[in-house]
Amino acid sequence: MNEPIRELALEGITKRFPGILACNRVSLEVRRGEALALVGENGAGKSTLMNILAGLYQPDEGSIRVNGEVVRFASPADAFDRGIGMVHQNFMLVPSMTVTENVALGMKALHRRIRLDLKEARRRVLEVSAHHELPVNPDAPVWQLSVGEQQRVELVKTLCLGARLLILDEPTSALTPQETDDLLDRLRRMMAELSIIFISHKLNEVKALSDRVTILRHGEVVFHGSTADHSTAELAALMTGRDVVQPRNEQSGAPGREVLTVRALRVRGDRGNLALDGLDLDVRAGEILGLAGVSGNGQRELADALAGLRPVESGSIRLDGAEIAHASPRRIIDGGMGYVPEDRHHEGIVGPFSVEENLVLKDVGKAGFSRHGFLRPGEIHRNAEELRERFDIRCSSTAAAAGTLSGGNIQKVILARELARGPKALVAVYPTRGVDMGAAEFIHGQLLALRRSSAGILLVSEELEEVMALSDRIAVIYKGRILEVLASRDATRRTLGLLMAGVPLG
Amino acid sequence: MTLGQMAYDILSLGVPFSVALLLAALGEMFNQRAGVFNLGCEGIMSLGAFVGFLPAYLARSGSLGPWADLLGFALAAVVGMLLGLLFGLVTVTFRAPQGIAGIGLAMLGTGVAGTLFRHEIGGVTGVEGVANLPIPGLSRIPFLGGVLFNHNPVVYVAFLLVPASGYLLHRTSWGLRVRAVGTHPRAADTLGIDVNRVRYQALMLGGALGGMGGAYLSLCQAKMFADDLVAGRGFIAVALVYFGRWSPWGVAAGALLFSLAQSLQLSLQVWGIRFPYEFAVMLPYVLVIVVLALSRSRTIGPTALGRAFNREMRV
Ligand SMILES: Nc1ncnc2c1ncn2[C@@H]1O[C@H](COP(=O)(O)OP(=O)(O)OP(=O)(O)O)[C@@H](O)[C@H]1O
Ligand SMILES: [Mg+2]
Repeated sequence: MNEPIRELALEGITKRFPGILACNRVSLEVRRGEALALVGENGAGKSTLMNILAGLYQPDEGSIRVNGEVVRFASPADAFDRGIGMVHQNFMLVPSMTVTENVALGMKALHRRIRLDLKEARRRVLEVSAHHELPVNPDAPVWQLSVGEQQRVELVKTLCLGARLLILDEPTSALTPQETDDLLDRLRRMMAELSIIFISHKLNEVKALSDRVTILRHGEVVFHGSTADHSTAELAALMTGRDVVQPRNEQSGAPGREVLTVRALRVRGDRGNLALDGLDLDVRAGEILGLAGVSGNGQRELADALAGLRPVESGSIRLDGAEIAHASPRRIIDGGMGYVPEDRHHEGIVGPFSVEENLVLKDVGKAGFSRHGFLRPGEIHRNAEELRERFDIRCSSTAAAAGTLSGGNIQKVILARELARGPKALVAVYPTRGVDMGAAEFIHGQLLALRRSSAGILLVSEELEEVMALSDRIAVIYKGRILEVLASRDATRRTLGLLMAGVPLG
Repeated sequence: MTLGQMAYDILSLGVPFSVALLLAALGEMFNQRAGVFNLGCEGIMSLGAFVGFLPAYLARSGSLGPWADLLGFALAAVVGMLLGLLFGLVTVTFRAPQGIAGIGLAMLGTGVAGTLFRHEIGGVTGVEGVANLPIPGLSRIPFLGGVLFNHNPVVYVAFLLVPASGYLLHRTSWGLRVRAVGTHPRAADTLGIDVNRVRYQALMLGGALGGMGGAYLSLCQAKMFADDLVAGRGFIAVALVYFGRWSPWGVAAGALLFSLAQSLQLSLQVWGIRFPYEFAVMLPYVLVIVVLALSRSRTIGPTALGRAFNREMRV
């Protein structure tokens, strides 16, 4: 076990990436048994700063002190030696390996011998998992685990390697509400032995867990103070530099005809199981239908099937009257379907392409952006500038590769492309996952504006707050079927929570 | 001639034929498991074949005896290792595209071997080569004895390397690191594993095996050196790694299948069976392509294959 960290300080850390000052003379401090929350908008430099602390990036200026002594981390191994462990924003697990193998990968003592002593690693996993009450199956291959389980594996792994300071980079962004509460509970108990640095865009989590909070904006510390003394609204204002008001659905206007009808839909999941088993759903023009449910109950398969990305076994999908169950994505797009996919990096954009190009991906063959098969760069550029303005996309230029943008801004690019096409129906899957409050506010506002222009919107989300604030009606999905559809004003957290767990209404 | 005899001919010829491919493909398997795609295998084999041949050639009249062959294999391994190192420098450190660099290495190795050969030796000269070593007792088992236990010692070593590679890959800490850097280098990096270093190590091991595969051709199989001795086997070895789904047993099965097809083809000609010669020669290659195309397996290969690792690179 490493020496406990009594005090850790970052002093004047500066980090530049080509063309970007990611961290500008940042200082912060964590003491033993304390939880520090690090918040800020997308691209504020939170992950970069923590990667420096974890030994992954080298700072251009500044120093790190542990227990008063200046340290230099040439690699993550050095940081581990000092008791600093990080759970990264994107999971760092080798999917083809078992939980034990993933842990063994980091256990230096095992690497001194030629033979791989997996028994020892397995013992350690079980010990840590029992001690911290983090149940994991040491023999399961990682690819079989749900997101919540992988999160626990990450925690166990980091603790197995002797972390005394735990850095958690947006650990809750992909968790269900129950899993999140559970995680926060566990973390609170761990604080008897550990210090924690916690990054999150959800200020209620920050309030629930942390003692102190540091706010970053554009790579600089703009606020530092005790969490208890400030309300979430104050923190939000400090973070964005203005007041944040999450827009709500006013429930005005009567919904129109049905634009999207799904009947008896059966679709198989990746493992050949029937992920959707006779699902029925209607989305009407001018309404937002929230689809609530614990992830893994068929949401992904439904979204894929609606976008034409997954074969439909049986059943029908009608978009404004036209059957699209077996149509190609091209036909579905031309029929007026908009799609904001779950995996924005892989399905929503082509990372190495520029923002301009990504904004016309769906229409590049149409008159307007090309003529006789030749692109019209002028038009494409003009379109990009217009959308950048309208959707407040923050990028150095529209010629920048889309993959280099922050999460919130990538999401705005996708939304801009989909909304600018004037869809009849829009499927939005976890549209604000990992997105900062300001951007989430903006995205919500745009979805409501689309609703007013009488498109039908299917909003898939795990966050009850989001679903309840935006929807006209809420459908709860459970094991591949719609369990219940409620009018939004009749829905409470409690009823939704029960439905999501598969308990039908009275 | 009976059917049994035909089978015996094909098998007892095919097994030793497979060894050069087996060695090189096992080496390539380690490269790819670590995430590096090395098309330069062909060049490594060529140069290995040449330097492996050299001691035996120079000591023709001397009294080095079998030591010359042993020295040849050692030299071939060292040269292969150095070429692996060179490939690492180009693709791991300087992050050059691996496909192009591989073609370059293939041309370099083949070219250098050919030039040295013409310059130092000139014409085709045979060497005694490595003699057969029938395994006492076992080699007298009817049928199987001749197929499995009446070969030169390198054959036995090569086949023992199959389980040994499996052990190395799955039961040692080095193997664990190799698999990790080939699948999710970023994860390995966050755990303090030096990704590039592991890749260099795998490339050196792969190079050594490739070099020895080449030396097998010149010392055990052809017992001579010629410009076109390797004749595309390095590329076949790369294909066999895909065929074998990155597993030593799969690779061995692929090497055997290919060699058996080849020895069938040769036997057809020896037996005087009327079959268009051009098609017979194509047979092994066509077979590999067909099996590759038809075999669908759920195992996914090393997912980071072909991509250089850069810690500070985001997309
Ligand atoms: N490896 C990199 N190469 C180039 N630029 C980078 C790299 N990593 C981060 N950046 C840039 O540095 C800035 C800070 O990024 P960082 O990931 O630290 O933000 P963040 O606060 O973690 O945001 P988020 O909430 O979206 O995770 C951003 O402008 C980002 O585009
Ligand atoms: Mg981040």
